[in-house]
Amino acid sequence: MTGINWQKIVTPILAIVIFLAIWEAWVWYKGWPTYVMAAPSDLWPAFWRFRWLFLENSWQTLWRTMVGLGLSVIVGTLLGMIMGLSRMMNDALYPLLVGFNAIPKATVVPIVALLFIGQHDFNTVLVAFMISFFPIAVSVAIGLSTLEPEYRDILRSLGASRFTIFWKIALPKTLPEFFGALKVAVTLAFIGTNLVEIVAPHGRGLGSLFDSGRIASNYPLMFAVLIALALLGIFLYYIVVILERIFAGWAERRPT
Amino acid sequence: MTDLIAIKGVTHAYQTDAGPLPVLDNLNLSVPEGRFCAVVGPSGCGKSTLTRLIAGLMFPDKGEVWLHGELVKSPRKTVGMAFQNPVLLEWRTILQNVILPLEIVAPSMPKAKKEARARELLSLVGLEGFEDKRPSELSGGMRQRASLCRSIVHKPDVLILDEPFGALDAFTREDLWQLMHQLRAEEPFTALLITHDLRESVYLADQVVVMSGRPGTTQYVLNIDLPSPRPIDMLYSAQSVEWLATLRKQIEVAQGRTPEKEAQA
Ligand SMILES: Nc1ncnc2c1ncn2[C@@H]1O[C@H](COP(=O)(O)OP(=O)(O)O)[C@@H](O)[C@H]1O
Ligand SMILES: [Mg+2]
Repeated sequence: MTGINWQKIVTPILAIVIFLAIWEAWVWYKGWPTYVMAAPSDLWPAFWRFRWLFLENSWQTLWRTMVGLGLSVIVGTLLGMIMGLSRMMNDALYPLLVGFNAIPKATVVPIVALLFIGQHDFNTVLVAFMISFFPIAVSVAIGLSTLEPEYRDILRSLGASRFTIFWKIALPKTLPEFFGALKVAVTLAFIGTNLVEIVAPHGRGLGSLFDSGRIASNYPLMFAVLIALALLGIFLYYIVVILERIFAGWAERRPT
Repeated sequence: MTDLIAIKGVTHAYQTDAGPLPVLDNLNLSVPEGRFCAVVGPSGCGKSTLTRLIAGLMFPDKGEVWLHGELVKSPRKTVGMAFQNPVLLEWRTILQNVILPLEIVAPSMPKAKKEARARELLSLVGLEGFEDKRPSELSGGMRQRASLCRSIVHKPDVLILDEPFGALDAFTREDLWQLMHQLRAEEPFTALLITHDLRESVYLADQVVVMSGRPGTTQYVLNIDLPSPRPIDMLYSAQSVEWLATLRKQIEVAQGRTPEKEAQA
């Protein structure tokens, strides 16, 4: 592969432009006022007017999401390792995790907010973490437990330590599954952060900007926040994609 | 000549949910240094278990496994293994795959030296020019060649092969048989080959051991007194046909289809 693959860049941009054009045309055709449905052309002024607020709040949302996701990666990987390497721990932990994951996090937010009153940063990070570690734990556990014994044996028969086997074989072999889960987790963590910002408002982050838009009946602002959230989500997702390319690019199917 | 591999009265059972499953029963086997031993037997008779015992990956309930005059109590760096599944690491190039055992056995060896050794072997098996390819870019036969290189890169004195050619097509398999003889000449080792192909055992081995059905024990030993390398058409000699017939009968006994007395008659 040499140079830039223009088709890969132009196609999605074109798709977005077409999407916005249809949206604009539809609102115009229906003659909707902005409090029913804002059109893309209404959003830009909102963006521009509140550009510093957008920047500031995007950063607030972003860093809490990243810290929550970082926690997920650490705790999820550790849990996955424990479950993947020990049959008994897997049997013990699996139902607990499934049950925990099944609880709607919207119900957890007020509880967390009550438990740690005023600890807004901590609460937000905690919810972002709680909502996103499950896929990581499960994928790492499955990746490790489905490792064919021969893979272990080629090194174990040479007297390699458990750590060496984990480091040289089990870990890299699990990376594709890990990144698959991370793509899900990054979006979940992002949702978790926003959930706290909206359900237990603490005045920071894009969720709070959305809330102030609602209170001020500034509909274009609310829609603009949604777009900003989508953009931030895309940004986070593609960061994971880039990391995946770097660390697990070998697992990609090559064009033949 | 000393026995490099000596299995003495090995008995082993797996603990399963349905109680203990006896897999090996008083198995005896010895392979002198530099010899090539093939083990054949019905499926499930404990052949792979035997390889894991020799490699020190597990230990028998009863009996002893000796390698090089030492009782096997743990895995040793002087063993090489290859399986039916080549288990190459997809995130490494072929060259880096072959180097893997050296990273464990000789961590202080300079990288250039490791690579030189791997390249030497890869060209020996006809994989020159494929060093930087990924395993997925190679055919099944080529992957198995790379896997063989990996199993001998650290110059093991015992090579354990568990049906390495089992999944290959007939022509590729014969190519690799010939390659085995060539490797034997270039890189001396003592080998234990598990196979379900009687022709393979006769063509490659100096000694063919027939294991009984589960729980496996030494049922029959056939000596093939021919030098290595051997021309492939040795398989069509009258002597080979007779050996194959004998082994065939022994397998039927092992499978429980023919009573032992009848087979000897
Ligand atoms: N880890 C294990 N636990 C329980 N049973 C096993 C285990 N490994 C193998 N077995 C059983 O032991 C028997 C012998 O297995 P194996 O040595 O792989 O036979 P072979 O290689 O001759 O086909 C089989 O019936 C197999 O199902
Ligand atoms: Mg087997």
